[in-house]
Amino acid sequence: MGGIPFFPEQASTHAGRIDLLFLFLLVLTIFFTALVAVGIVYFAVRYRRRHADEIPPQTTGNTRIEVGGMVGLLGLSMVAFFWGAWLFVDLQQPPANTLEIYVIAKKWMWKYEYADGQQSINDLYVPVGQPVKLTMTSQDVIHSYFVPAFRVKQDVLPGRYTTLWFEATETGTYHLFCAEYCGTNHSRMVGSVIVMEPAEYEQWLAGGSGASADGEELFTSLGCASCHQTSGQGPGPSLVGVFGETVTLQGGETIEADATYIRTSILDPTAHVVEGFEPIMPTYEGQVTEEQLLRLLNYIQSLEQ
Amino acid sequence: MVGHIVTFVQHLQAHARQLPRLGRAGSAFLLALLLVMVGTGQALAQAPEGTANANPTLTTMLGITMGVLGVGLLTAVLISFVVWATGTRNPLIPTDEEMEHSFRRYFWFSVDHKVIGIQYFWTSLFFFFIGGLMALLVRWELAQPGLTFTPDQYNQFFTMHATIMIFLFIIPMLVGAFGNYAVPLMVGTFDMAFPKLNALSYWLVPPGALIIMAGFLAESGTAKAGWTSYPPVALQGGAGQMLWLLGVFVLGWSSIVGGMNFLVTIMNMRTKGVHYFRLPLFVWAIATTAVLAVLGTPSLAAAVTLQFMNIAFGFPFFDAAKGGNPLMWQHVFWFYSHPAVYIMILPAFGIVSEIIPVFSRKPLFGYRALVYATAGIGVLSFLVWAHHMFASAMFPWLRIPFMLTTMLIAVPTGIKIFNWLGTLAFGKIRLETPMLFSLALVSMFVIGGISGVFLGSVPVDLHLHDTYFVVAHIHYVLFGGSAFAIFGGIYYWFPKMFGRMLNESLGKIHFWLSFIGFNVAFLPMHAVGALGMPRRYADYDIAFTELNLTISIGAFLLGFAQLILIYNMLRAFQVGKVAPANPWNARTLEWLTTSPPPHYNFEEPLTVDHDPYDYGRRISSPEALPVPGD
Repeated sequence: MGGIPFFPEQASTHAGRIDLLFLFLLVLTIFFTALVAVGIVYFAVRYRRRHADEIPPQTTGNTRIEVGGMVGLLGLSMVAFFWGAWLFVDLQQPPANTLEIYVIAKKWMWKYEYADGQQSINDLYVPVGQPVKLTMTSQDVIHSYFVPAFRVKQDVLPGRYTTLWFEATETGTYHLFCAEYCGTNHSRMVGSVIVMEPAEYEQWLAGGSGASADGEELFTSLGCASCHQTSGQGPGPSLVGVFGETVTLQGGETIEADATYIRTSILDPTAHVVEGFEPIMPTYEGQVTEEQLLRLLNYIQSLEQ
Repeated sequence: MVGHIVTFVQHLQAHARQLPRLGRAGSAFLLALLLVMVGTGQALAQAPEGTANANPTLTTMLGITMGVLGVGLLTAVLISFVVWATGTRNPLIPTDEEMEHSFRRYFWFSVDHKVIGIQYFWTSLFFFFIGGLMALLVRWELAQPGLTFTPDQYNQFFTMHATIMIFLFIIPMLVGAFGNYAVPLMVGTFDMAFPKLNALSYWLVPPGALIIMAGFLAESGTAKAGWTSYPPVALQGGAGQMLWLLGVFVLGWSSIVGGMNFLVTIMNMRTKGVHYFRLPLFVWAIATTAVLAVLGTPSLAAAVTLQFMNIAFGFPFFDAAKGGNPLMWQHVFWFYSHPAVYIMILPAFGIVSEIIPVFSRKPLFGYRALVYATAGIGVLSFLVWAHHMFASAMFPWLRIPFMLTTMLIAVPTGIKIFNWLGTLAFGKIRLETPMLFSLALVSMFVIGGISGVFLGSVPVDLHLHDTYFVVAHIHYVLFGGSAFAIFGGIYYWFPKMFGRMLNESLGKIHFWLSFIGFNVAFLPMHAVGALGMPRRYADYDIAFTELNLTISIGAFLLGFAQLILIYNMLRAFQVGKVAPANPWNARTLEWLTTSPPPHYNFEEPLTVDHDPYDYGRRISSPEALPVPGD
C-alpha cells in the first residue's frame, strides 16, 4: 500500500495492517454517504410536490426490506467487529524478544531509561527491525504516548505501569505526541522517535552513563541485597533470572514477574508473597522515586542466570 | 430595590409558619441543603488557586463571590420554589391568572409547560451564542500555529465551549424547550404531569449556569480540564473546577427532575385514543431520553460529588498520589456521558422523524421499526461506555466486548436512516427550511455514525483516539445531528410557539451557509486527526497549518450564518406573517389548536382515532382547525 492521502507515513509493523482496516471502513463510509446523498437528491427531485394538495401512495413500511436491511447491517458490523477483534488480539501481545525501555512522563516531558544505562529526554532512540516494549508510568497526571507513524497509543498513568510495543520498519525521525490532555502545556509535550540502524543504535547506547550500575548501587544502599541474596540463601527469594518468569505464590497461585509485579512487591510487599517465604519485607512506599523504581527494575532485569 | 427585598423578607417571615405543611422530611431536606451551601462557600474560599498565586487577589475574590452568588441564587430559587409550590402568596409576584397574558410570566415560576418551554428556548439559545463565541476563540487560536492567547486561556475556551454546548444548549434545547413545549401537545393533554416540578427543572438551569460561568471572574479562570474533567488534571483546577462541578451537579439535577416528569406525562397523560403506538416518534424519543436521564444522570451526580469532595476536602478518590484511582472517574463519568450522547441525539432523530413525513405527505416508513430502534439504542447506550477508554489502562481484553456492543449500535442507527429514506421514496416532497435541515441531518449523520465505527474498532481507535478525528466525529453527530435538528425544529415549531412565521428565504440562506460552513469546518478535521494532530492542543506542528486554517474559515462562516437565524426571529416578531394553526398541514396533535395555543392547549378534550402520520386525508386549508378524526 502506498499510503492513504491525509494519513501519516507507515513506519511500523502495525501500520499497514491497521491502515487496511481503516481503508475498509473508509470505503464503507464513502459508499454509504454517497448512497444516502444520491438517494436524497434523487427523491427530492423525482418526487417533488408540484401542486399544494398532491397525495402520494400511503405506504407505511415493508417488513421484508426492513429485516433484510437489518441483517445486512448486522453482517457488515460483524465483519468490522471480527476484523477489528482479530487484529487487536494479534497486535496486543508483544513478541518474546522485545527490547525493553522504561518511560517516565511528567508535566511536560518524556524521560527514557535504557537497559544499558543510557538516558534521554523527549526523544526516544530505537533500532529498526526489532520489537520494542515501553513500560511507562507518570509522575503526576495522565499522559498518553502517541506515535502516529507507528499507529500506537497508550495512556500513561500515575501509580501504575502500562506497556506499549511496536516494531519500527523504517529508519527516520517520527513525531511523538502526548495525546491525553495533561494541563497547561499539553501541546508542548512533544518529542520524536528516532529509528536507527542496529549498529548505529548500539553505538549510541554505548555512550551511556551506566545507570544500571546506579540500579545496583540502589539495590545495595536500600538494603535489598541483604535479603535477596543471589545465592538464594537469604530470607528473601533470589531475584536472579526472575524477571519475565512465572512465580508461585503462597497458596499455589502463580503470577508473571513483570514490571507491575516487581513494582507492587517493592511498594506493597505483602500483596504477593512468594511460596516458601515469610511476609517480612517492609514497604518502600514513599522511599523510592518513580525513576529509582525504574532503575531497580532495570537492574533486576539484568540479573541473568 | 432594597425596599422590595425588605418587603419580601417580611413576607417570608409572615408566612414561615406555613412551611411545616411540607412536613418534617421537607424541612430536614432544606436544612441539609443550606448546610451544603454554607460548606460549599467555605470550601470555595479555601480552594487552591493554582501554585502561582498563593494570596487571593481581587479577581479571585470576585470569582468566589460570583460563585457564592450563584449558590445563593440556587438557594433563593429553591426557597422561592417551595414557597410558590406550597401555594403561599408572594405580594411582589402577580398570580398566575394576573400574569396569564403578561410578558412577566416568563420571569417567574409558571405551571404552563408552554411558558417553561419558551423559557428553556431563549435560555438555551443565549448559551448557544456564548458557546459559539468560545468555539470561535478556539478556532481563532488554531487558525495559525503559534500562540495568540495563553495556553491556559485556550484550555478554558475549549472546556467552556463543550460544557456550554452540551449542558446549556443541546440538552436544554432538545429536551427542555422542544420536549416541554411539544410533548403535552402531542399527547393531546393540557400540561405536564407535575407542572410545579417542571417549573423547578427550568429554574435550576440559571443558577447552574451562573455557578459555572462564575469561573470567568476567578483568578485561575474557569474550569480548564476539558468537559470530561479527567483527574488528576481536574483535581488541580482550583476554584474554577469546583464551580464547574457544582454547576454540573445542579444542571444534572434539573435533568433528572425533568426526565421523571416526561416519563409520567407520557405514561399517564395521553388523551383518549392515543395508545403507545400512536405516539409521534418525537414523543418516543423524549421518553427514551427521559429513561436515560433518570438512570444515567445520578451516575454523573455521584462522579462530580466525589471529585468535589476530592478537591475540597482532600478525599483520595481519584488521586493516585493518595492511593486513589484516576481510572475510576473515567468509568463513572462515561457511564453517564455515553448515554448523554444519546440524550443529545435521540430527540434530534425524533424531530427529523416528525418533519420528514409532513414534507413528504406520507406516513413514517416503518414506524414500529423506528420505535424499536429508538428503544434499542437506549438500551445499548448503557453498554458501550468503555469504548471511550480503549487507550486507557483498563483491563485490555475488556475492549473486545465493548467493541462488540459498539458495533451493534450501528444496526438500529442504520435502520433509522433507511426508514427516513423509505419515507421520502415515492412521496410528494417540498423542500422548505425544516425539511432542508432534516435532510442535512440524515446525510451528515451517515458520516458521523460511520466515523463512530472507526473509533469503535479497537486497532483503528488506538491510532485515532484523542486526535481531531474524534473532534470531527462528535461535531458530525452533535452539530450535523443535534444542531441541524434543532434548527429544523425551530423553523418547524416557531409558528406554533410564537404565532409568527419565519421568513423562508432567510431560512434557506441560513441553511445553505450553515451546511457549507459546517462541512468546511468539520470535514478537514478528520484528515488532521488521521494525520495525528491530538485534540486539545493550543499549538501545533506547522505541517497541520493549511488544514487548520480551512477549518477556522469554515467555523467563522458557520458562526456568521447563525446571526441570520437571530435576525430572522427578531424580524418575525416585527413583520412576520401571522401563523395559522397548521401552517405545514401536519397531522400530529399540536397542530389541532391555535398558534400559539391557549393556556390549557385545547378548547375541549380530544379523542383521537388516527395515527400521527396519516397523510391520506386531504386538508383543505391551513387556516381551518382540522376536526379531530376528520
